[in-house]
Amino acid sequence: MAEDMRSLVNQTVERFGKDRHRLMDIARALHARLGYLSEETIGHTAQALGIHRVEVRDMVSFYSFFSRKKQGKTVIHLCNAVVERMKGADAVGRAFERELGIHFGETTPDDAITLHHTACIGLSDQAPSALINGIPFTNLKPEDVPGIVKAIREGEDMLNMPQAEVDSNVRRPGEVIFAPMERGAAIRKAINMTPESVINEINKGRLRGRGGAGFPTAMKWDFCRKAKGNAHYLVCNADEGEPGTFKDRAILQECPDLVFEGMTVAGYAIGAREGIMYLRGEYEYLLPSLERVLAKRRHLGLLGENICGCEGFSFNIRIQMGAGAYVCGEESALLESAEGKRGAPRDRPPFPVQKGYKGEPTSVNNVETLCCAARILDRGGEWFASMGSRDSTGTKLLSVSGDCEHPGVYELPYGITVKKLIDMVGASDAQAVQVGGPSGRCLAPKDFGRSISFEDVPTGGSVIIIGPERDLLECVRQFTEFFVEESCGWCVPCRSGTTILLKTLEKVMEGRGSRSDLANLEKLGKTVKTMSRCGLGQTAANPILTTINGFPDLYEARIKHEEYTPAFDFKKALEVGCEAAGRNLELEGIHV
Amino acid sequence: MTKPLVATGHFTGCFGCHMSLLDIDERILDLVQLVEFDKSPINDIKTFNRPVDIGIIEGGVSNSENVEFLREFRKYCKILVAIGSCALTGGVPAMRNTVPLKECLQEAYLDGPTIVNGVIPNDPELPILLDRVYPCHEVVKIDYFLPGCPPSGDTLFNAIVALLKGDALALPYELVKYD
Ligand SMILES: Cc1cc2nc3c(=O)[nH]c(=O)nc-3n(C[C@H](O)[C@H](O)[C@H](O)COP(=O)(O)O)c2cc1C
Ligand code: SF4
Ligand code: SF4
Ligand code: FES
Repeated sequence: MAEDMRSLVNQTVERFGKDRHRLMDIARALHARLGYLSEETIGHTAQALGIHRVEVRDMVSFYSFFSRKKQGKTVIHLCNAVVERMKGADAVGRAFERELGIHFGETTPDDAITLHHTACIGLSDQAPSALINGIPFTNLKPEDVPGIVKAIREGEDMLNMPQAEVDSNVRRPGEVIFAPMERGAAIRKAINMTPESVINEINKGRLRGRGGAGFPTAMKWDFCRKAKGNAHYLVCNADEGEPGTFKDRAILQECPDLVFEGMTVAGYAIGAREGIMYLRGEYEYLLPSLERVLAKRRHLGLLGENICGCEGFSFNIRIQMGAGAYVCGEESALLESAEGKRGAPRDRPPFPVQKGYKGEPTSVNNVETLCCAARILDRGGEWFASMGSRDSTGTKLLSVSGDCEHPGVYELPYGITVKKLIDMVGASDAQAVQVGGPSGRCLAPKDFGRSISFEDVPTGGSVIIIGPERDLLECVRQFTEFFVEESCGWCVPCRSGTTILLKTLEKVMEGRGSRSDLANLEKLGKTVKTMSRCGLGQTAANPILTTINGFPDLYEARIKHEEYTPAFDFKKALEVGCEAAGRNLELEGIHV
Repeated sequence: MTKPLVATGHFTGCFGCHMSLLDIDERILDLVQLVEFDKSPINDIKTFNRPVDIGIIEGGVSNSENVEFLREFRKYCKILVAIGSCALTGGVPAMRNTVPLKECLQEAYLDGPTIVNGVIPNDPELPILLDRVYPCHEVVKIDYFLPGCPPSGDTLFNAIVALLKGDALALPYELVKYD
């Protein structure tokens, strides 16, 4: 048995060329075969790669999809993010617990099924949703649960279950992303131009990154192209982890060719021979169809050597799977992860365009950005720049979820007002709109006249509608909890600050807070924002800060009149001490 | 003019912060010129019997007695300054927070390898432990915080003098850099 395992590890490590940079793939392959990664597996892997076992353990322990304990043959990940809970995920969760006779985090006694909660899996428009051994299940109802559990127990093919279905849910296609394009059209245009004029065309379109930060794409490519290195890399960021974002999913379902087209054009522009698509672990179900598209493109000469007959232009794409960590969407953490390490953000400078993947110049671009780039090559920068608003050209994909009649993906020109958007999606009575996910901002009705654009209210795509009946502070609490879970732990303001924010917010919500707690929330929130190393910490206080600003009455209504209130209940705290030492508060006449 | 009154208190800490206070060396003579010490372990005055201007406290809050005395400090002191990691965050004693109290006591008094016929102390004279070790500001309002383990004598001296004179506290970088 032990020998079997050693040879399995050795074979797997061989398969990935004994390359330490491929540790993520090695660990994923072993995890898929063995169901978990024991200390023994970790030790063998380290030995086979010739690295220290702590390097392997360090990496494995970071990702939520890797278990170091034995798990059931079937693993259920039920999403319990904010939108899911609006749609009844708690009841579905209870139904699973009842049906399986276990709690979340546990495995059935016969080692058959393990039950976990997970953050947003990119199916918020079809909530409640779950991944069962990686297969997406959508629109779940408590009544579905017994049938699903029975099918698992009887070893049926889960793909045949009626709930195992993902609708791409494109409600409104636009001209940039969800429009037809002939395979290779953009590449053929590009190779008839110099890389510099390709970049110039993107510049004419004034394209800005769709992944969140809005950096001008032409400038990024130009920096990368000019940076010196042994090789250049192009990375497509398909980690889409911001709760309520699922627009890249729709692209990867509906028009994967356009993304690969964009990656190839970018590769040509920056002088890369290798492109990597970093696909979040939650989207593993998309992998087979994406691999098919890649094979097809290789067959058509759109990838590989001398692409489209262009002498010397070689470009290949490989898909790197992630393993469940929101922070890996941050570009430097993503690169660490793609190199087979824990996904901890790097210090900058140097920026990825200077030292990125394997220390070489790398351009990291969002899925949607690359689609826009391909379209610009096909239709011209001027055409692209004619759409949108002053500083935000083109269209934007918005993934709308929550309390609305028509959740789904909308491709709309930049500059649309929140008011118009909520009318379109059937949510005119919204209490609040969370734009940009938890890391974005919460807009109150007085702000609904503002526009979705880089110059006003930017978003990576997430739009979560919070209806009139919702407890908004409960949503804020869950958003804050998300950051507590996902902080990589490197900086104190983010690691500890998010927890203190959560505790203080809970104190206020339970009616035990005072005015000084509100002041502390604001003060600490600003510290976390300004003192954290990466975008996660820099935005983690946004749910609290933007609602204190937009909805002060909600907070005011819950605080006490006293200037100060203690953080905990003395009596309860002392009772624990009495119990531990066999004493009794009342008998000893102690008053608190 | 009467001199401002200063009290100092020690809760769940190691007394290192008080030692640091003594580390101001001969400047303690300056300090005595400026202030009068009331309740403090330094002079062994045990109870408050008049309002005090500044209270300086070391250590976190781990038991019923700490809670009682800290509340007393808040009641008598116009300004309360928490000093040192233990007072600010719970510090080293708060390492027990990662283990449930009962397990801690069992390990310390019943199951430890050197224990013969152990009992968990339960004399009514002893304070009752809280479930966790808390920082002072979670029990009473604290006006100022001075981090450090311990804050250096210079930090403490500068801070007290600034407070007495009503000046803004300006500490050089070396005094607030901890790693
Ligand atoms: C915590 C965090 C998560 C992020 N997640 C994503 C993501 O899922 N997808 C993405 O494209 N960019 C994400 N970003 C932004 C990336 O760091 C980077 O700016 C982006 O991929 C650059 O591509 P673009 O210029 O095309 O937008 C994230 C940033 C942070 C701080
Ligand atoms: S801000 Fe948070 S997530 Fe980012 S590096 Fe620091 S601890 Fe990690
Ligand atoms: S902060 Fe440091 S020096 Fe002060 S009481 Fe605590 S352990 Fe001792
Ligand atoms: S999939 Fe559950 S909230 Fe996005």
